[in-house]
Amino acid sequence: MKVITGVTCPVCGTFCDDLEIVLDDKNKIIEARNACAMGAAKFLNYSTHRTKTPLIRKNGELVEATMDEAIEKAAQILVDAHYPILYGWSNTCCEAQRVGVELVEEVGGVMDNTATVCHGPSILGVQAAGIPSATLGQMRHRADLIIYWASNPWDAHPRHPERYSMFSDGRFEKSSWMKYLSKLRGEMSKKKIQRASNLVLKKDFCFAPCHEEGLPCSMYTKNRRTIVVDVRKTRSADAADCFLQVEPGKDYELLQALRVLVNDGELDVDEVAGIPVETLEDLADVLIGCKLGILFFGLGLTMTKGKHRNIDAAINLTRDLNNRTKFLIMPMRGHYNVTGVNIVTTWQTGYPFAVDLSNGYPRYNPGETSAVDILCRDESDAMMVIASDPVAHFPRAASKNIAKHPLIAIDPEVTPTTMLADVILPPAFAGIEAEGTAYRMDHVPLPLKKVVEPPEGFISDQEILRRILQKVRELKKRDMD
Amino acid sequence: MTELIVKNGFVYDPLNRIDGERMDICIRDGKIVKSVKDKAKVVDASGMVVMPGGVDIHSHIAGGEVDTGRLLRPEDHVKDVEVKTAVTRSGVGFSIPSTFTTGYRYSKMGYTTVMNPSMAPLQARHTHEELSDTPMIDKGTYPLLGDWWISLEHIRDGLLEENAAHIAWMLKATRGYAIKIVNPGGLEAWGFGRNVHSLDDQVPNFGITPREIIRGLCKVNTMLNLPHTIHLHTNNLGQPGNYVTALESMKCVEDLARKDKPVLHITHIQFCAFKGEDWGRLKSGAEEIANYVNNHSHVTLDMGQVVFSDTTTMTADGPFQFGLYHLTGNKWVNHDVETETSGGIVPFTYKRSSAVHATQWSIALEIMLLVKDPWKVFMTTDHPNAGPFFYYPKIFAWYISKKAREDMLKKINKRARKRSLLPTIDRELSLYELAIVTRAGQAKALGLKDKGHLGVGADADIAVYNINPERADPAKKFVSARKAFDRAAYTIKDGEVVVKDGKIVKQVFGKTYWVDVECARNHCRTTRARADAKIKKKFKDYWTVEYENYPIREGFLHSSAPVAVKAEI
Repeated sequence: MKVITGVTCPVCGTFCDDLEIVLDDKNKIIEARNACAMGAAKFLNYSTHRTKTPLIRKNGELVEATMDEAIEKAAQILVDAHYPILYGWSNTCCEAQRVGVELVEEVGGVMDNTATVCHGPSILGVQAAGIPSATLGQMRHRADLIIYWASNPWDAHPRHPERYSMFSDGRFEKSSWMKYLSKLRGEMSKKKIQRASNLVLKKDFCFAPCHEEGLPCSMYTKNRRTIVVDVRKTRSADAADCFLQVEPGKDYELLQALRVLVNDGELDVDEVAGIPVETLEDLADVLIGCKLGILFFGLGLTMTKGKHRNIDAAINLTRDLNNRTKFLIMPMRGHYNVTGVNIVTTWQTGYPFAVDLSNGYPRYNPGETSAVDILCRDESDAMMVIASDPVAHFPRAASKNIAKHPLIAIDPEVTPTTMLADVILPPAFAGIEAEGTAYRMDHVPLPLKKVVEPPEGFISDQEILRRILQKVRELKKRDMD
Repeated sequence: MTELIVKNGFVYDPLNRIDGERMDICIRDGKIVKSVKDKAKVVDASGMVVMPGGVDIHSHIAGGEVDTGRLLRPEDHVKDVEVKTAVTRSGVGFSIPSTFTTGYRYSKMGYTTVMNPSMAPLQARHTHEELSDTPMIDKGTYPLLGDWWISLEHIRDGLLEENAAHIAWMLKATRGYAIKIVNPGGLEAWGFGRNVHSLDDQVPNFGITPREIIRGLCKVNTMLNLPHTIHLHTNNLGQPGNYVTALESMKCVEDLARKDKPVLHITHIQFCAFKGEDWGRLKSGAEEIANYVNNHSHVTLDMGQVVFSDTTTMTADGPFQFGLYHLTGNKWVNHDVETETSGGIVPFTYKRSSAVHATQWSIALEIMLLVKDPWKVFMTTDHPNAGPFFYYPKIFAWYISKKAREDMLKKINKRARKRSLLPTIDRELSLYELAIVTRAGQAKALGLKDKGHLGVGADADIAVYNINPERADPAKKFVSARKAFDRAAYTIKDGEVVVKDGKIVKQVFGKTYWVDVECARNHCRTTRARADAKIKKKFKDYWTVEYENYPIREGFLHSSAPVAVKAEI
């Protein structure tokens, strides 16, 4: 039995690096200590349904092929295309992404990544207003006010609260875990009393609320406090000190209303987004009165009415709060290396996503050069997908047009995307069978470890891309001669 | 074995005291040698100036801060594109170019070594990834160590030897080249939104002052025998009246100087040389700074020369950048790094019509021209803070030609022109002095023994410029001199011609220099072992990453060039 420590988890943007992977005597992974359910699922099951050989579609059926055949076919598709999209990138390492940009430049295509359907609007918001932020350790050490807005870490980033926010211990702030346990015990006691009352007295027992309206009393304590703002009461909201339910589609109004209050203005209405203005005034006081506040936000802001304007408002609220106290904001990135592909693409081309290299130089115009929009207008004539699954996530109109044209998939698993592909090149899993580098949601780069050997013949994403690039250059030279 | 001979140029090699002598430079296998065989490839430099390749001691070209700046400003890139060629990758400018473009543009100006001056240690991996994708130049980078918790605690507790051991570890873990200090104490205070305002302010929660931090790290630098001095961005940067802080910072390590060797480098001194009570009454503090530097030998400076252009400010000085955001209302990035440092980015435009900006422009020129010894002062723009690096040739022209300065003076704000000392300064730098302030002096201050000169044994990094000092006086013909510096006739890197007539003819990737400190005595080895054990224990409490994931493997660098150093402890 072997234990490998300090393993980074290749699943979500929390990018925990304290996993301990236990291998049996045959070097098979049998345990993933410290991992959440998602991380454990990946480490324990990654190989169960993987694609076992490269595949090429012949007469409508996917048949086994050698890596060389698959690479030749993929290169030919890219060379023949006038305007290919090379998309995905978020579930693989930076080393692969770097080769990727070079490949897109060589074939004159579009380099786009999953931010285009995720935190792309956050990027647009940053490009409009900037972003007052920090690395996650700053929140762990200093944040006494934590807000999860339109984000549900309990389900999507399970270890985020314990590593970086409400349940973590820092130099200046302690975990609010005990407070949460007390709250849970209180709720359980309430339930028991309710049940007893129903059974014995045959009537409901009413608890007097500890406050009439406004924020819960725990919001006024000196230690860490957490607020969840969401359209529904999630498990994260249960764990928080305070839950504010915002009417769907009204986040923009709520953010701007808070800006008014934080800037000492007054609101002429009784409520905003379903929340009474008195509560908002109390909330503004809490925001201003904290030592360091952090606003984590998710797709509830980026993918609802307003999109990048919601983010713009959230960033501006953070900027305004910095006139009164210390306040930070951070998008909760999804894939473990979507931050990485934004960073790599930016340093090589100047732009973070939706980069059109078809004219021989980088162009950036989301809405024009972004994958979904190009596909909906049916302007591309080939696609390569790596480390993501657009057919499962894109609008149907876009996926229809993915299917219309030649499709290359570099993916170890069977997905809706691979089911439509003309060539499938299964790689070694980055972060399990292949080394690399990836970036956490706060831009901290960490190494991806190789904990087990890939099966015979399996190579890394970056190696596959290098070979495709080499083949593309050979084919282009052949065409010119 | 590849041999090359650069024939018959006017050679300016100040480190070897060669001042425009017509001579040949012989190269074999990337190094300068005494002679080569007849069949060596010839680069005809007749009628042209030959200098060592340019060395830039302070330019923000890679890392988290730089890349966030690139992401922040698509509008900066849209009008300045580089098309892919058979030899070069595509890219964009303007004030924060993409990495390939950065390398190409430096090389076209004859530059061959650039130091990235600001690296958050936790994100060092990012800096090295970007440097690996920056072609044509050799590079190095300085980790930010002025507000790092472990260092602050050691200095507070008087544990200097332990601190030295930790810093040696930190330099190796991050593959860094020098100790960078920015607004010492201020960045830790900024963690909660505060700042420090003088060398004797207490840093909140740490019981230590900026003076103690600077002195402590200066002593550590000497103990470790590092090739460069501590590299300091002073407190109170960009505040009217801050020339006093700059002087105090220089004074506070006067007693730590050894013989005539510098112990302190103050970077972008222009931003620290403001006199006056407020922006309305801003004046130049250049005279006071120059006077001090003329009378002391323990300090070197780089300029941070302002160029009138749209650009992007980015520094580790979080509170200063916050102030700049307030001044301009522009978009603002803040990025504090746990346990270590902070940072901020704000777009900025320097205008000739602004009294403040024009005064800033004048300040750096005054300092360069008033300091008598060119070995103490170096040309930089703190790229991109005071201006993009490809304006360097314009600055060369201001240095070598009074007429060039007068032409600009005519166009600037009237009030600034009246206050400027430039009309009273006749000095024009010679080509020899220009070579010092743009290459020889910078290499010497960095302790890079094989750079910045053309003597036998040096790296064959050479720039050939189409300037004939016998035919035309560069002071008079400064426009053509500027064009010549803009497009090198030849740039030679490691003995290969990589630029011809201002065009990249071969893409190469340089080396990354970093400092590998070795202990002199057994006592130090025990201290180091103890220090390593201590940092392992504290790691989880201080950082959100595992100890084993923090250091960078040497193989991670594209081409690692460790500089072995024997510590004095």
